[in-house]
Amino acid sequence: MKRTTEWIIEKLIFISGIGSIVFVALIFFFLLKEGLSLFASVNVFSFLFGVNWYPISEPPQFGILPLILGSLLVTLGAVVIAVPLGIASALYVAEVAPKWLSEILKSGIELLAAIPSIVLGFIGIATLAPFLKNVFNLPSGLTALAGSIMLAFMAMPTIVSIIEDSINSVPRSYREGSLALGATRWQTIYRVILPAASSGILAAIMLGIGRVIGETMAVLMITGNAAILPTSILQPVRTLTATIAAEMGEAVSGSEHYFALFAIGIVLFVISFIINLVADFFMNRNKKRNKKK
Amino acid sequence: MDKPIIETSKLNFYYGSFHALIDVNLKVGRNKITSLIGPSGCGKSTLLRIFNRMNDLIDGTTTSGSVLIEGREILGPQVDLVDLRKHVGMVFQRPNPFPLSVFENVAFGLRIRGERRKNVLEEAVCKSLSSVLLFDDLKDKLSLNALQLTLEQQQRLCIARLIAVTPDLLLMDEICSALDPMATMKIESLMLELKKQYTIVIVTHNMQQAARVSDECGFMLLGELIEFGDTKKIFTAPDDQRTDDYITGRFG
Repeated sequence: MKRTTEWIIEKLIFISGIGSIVFVALIFFFLLKEGLSLFASVNVFSFLFGVNWYPISEPPQFGILPLILGSLLVTLGAVVIAVPLGIASALYVAEVAPKWLSEILKSGIELLAAIPSIVLGFIGIATLAPFLKNVFNLPSGLTALAGSIMLAFMAMPTIVSIIEDSINSVPRSYREGSLALGATRWQTIYRVILPAASSGILAAIMLGIGRVIGETMAVLMITGNAAILPTSILQPVRTLTATIAAEMGEAVSGSEHYFALFAIGIVLFVISFIINLVADFFMNRNKKRNKKK
Repeated sequence: MDKPIIETSKLNFYYGSFHALIDVNLKVGRNKITSLIGPSGCGKSTLLRIFNRMNDLIDGTTTSGSVLIEGREILGPQVDLVDLRKHVGMVFQRPNPFPLSVFENVAFGLRIRGERRKNVLEEAVCKSLSSVLLFDDLKDKLSLNALQLTLEQQQRLCIARLIAVTPDLLLMDEICSALDPMATMKIESLMLELKKQYTIVIVTHNMQQAARVSDECGFMLLGELIEFGDTKKIFTAPDDQRTDDYITGRFG
């Protein structure tokens, strides 16, 4: 009797475990099958590097370069804003703030991660876009810059908590050694602690990028959605994710347009895969290095 | 005895409500190696860490009494810790080189004092490494990450890092406890070499080590300095029964 129960439980766990892998594989194959169908009629080069995205004109053009550049521009902007802020606030939480305050700040940062992106997007439309419009005297505040700022907020919790972890895992002996040599607290931070935590910081940046590049709702709402080659951060842009979200409803199943959206999915998949791989590499290096000590 | 380099009187120290040092009166002489021995938890490391105020890193501690180093009071909030630690350097139990190159480890102390001139840094690094007898081994490997050195080399590097900034006083907290006997022997002969220029205070579990290298020795027990004096005398004819019991291995 006991043995049968054991057997059943064991199999159930096995099926659940295998199940998650199978589902991922199925999703992946479906994405590949639908996406690659596009390349029967459109060549890869003109898809990736074409400058015109006119999916429903006659004949349709499927160049996603504006979308790729839109994604990159928004992401880059978000990183430029979020990384220095993230490092600074992680340092404050981990090194400078008194204990009670750093506990409050940590929960605050986690709370920021809990805000649904559509709410952030909504707040962005209501407050940030008009603000940018006035400050830069633009026809519309819905620009790449607005997207970058909103996404920076979304990436911050990831970036701050990972950097904070890696600062905390810097061995105490480094800190003592540095202070015992007569270094000030700031000298200790930037000469010893930051270099020792550098792998964790890079991993945090990569994961932050991963979070930003896959984000859809907020950017769809706030970047202005114009599939043109961006020349300035103060222009409306359109990202890869926003394109899929905006057009999936109107694309006829089995049409070229439909396949093209899946092909965009593949591009996104490849980008996030590479980013995660790099982040993983830095995380492992961090762990290994700290284990040695 | 010349004017002592360290002089404590009525020194008391608490971790929260735990009385870790009780009325310690101690005089440390110049250009000598002074050792502090005693069983675990007797306060010898705590006492050592008073001298460069490393205990300040721990929350909830209180200190009273007086500690003069080179005639200057080092207790109290008005003392510039950064300045104090420039004069009183410390080597720790486990070698703790920074995860930087050998060169940068030794140059660290100079860099944080604002030294940028390359030739000055290079000269200081060479000199400091030579004085810990590491230069010949590492002269072609100055860009090697310090964590790749052997533990003995790492510990020597940590000493070199201190010497580079020419402190008056070297504090060494069980610096051989992570090393094997051969490496320990080499570090000990280095200590004897360094004594010519520096005053050294060591804390050690290893009584033989205290007997081998130190000129003067203090025996501590439960936060009190039981006996202090010439090392030979402490180890051959101690005044206090408890010292005798400890060094003959009846407890501890």
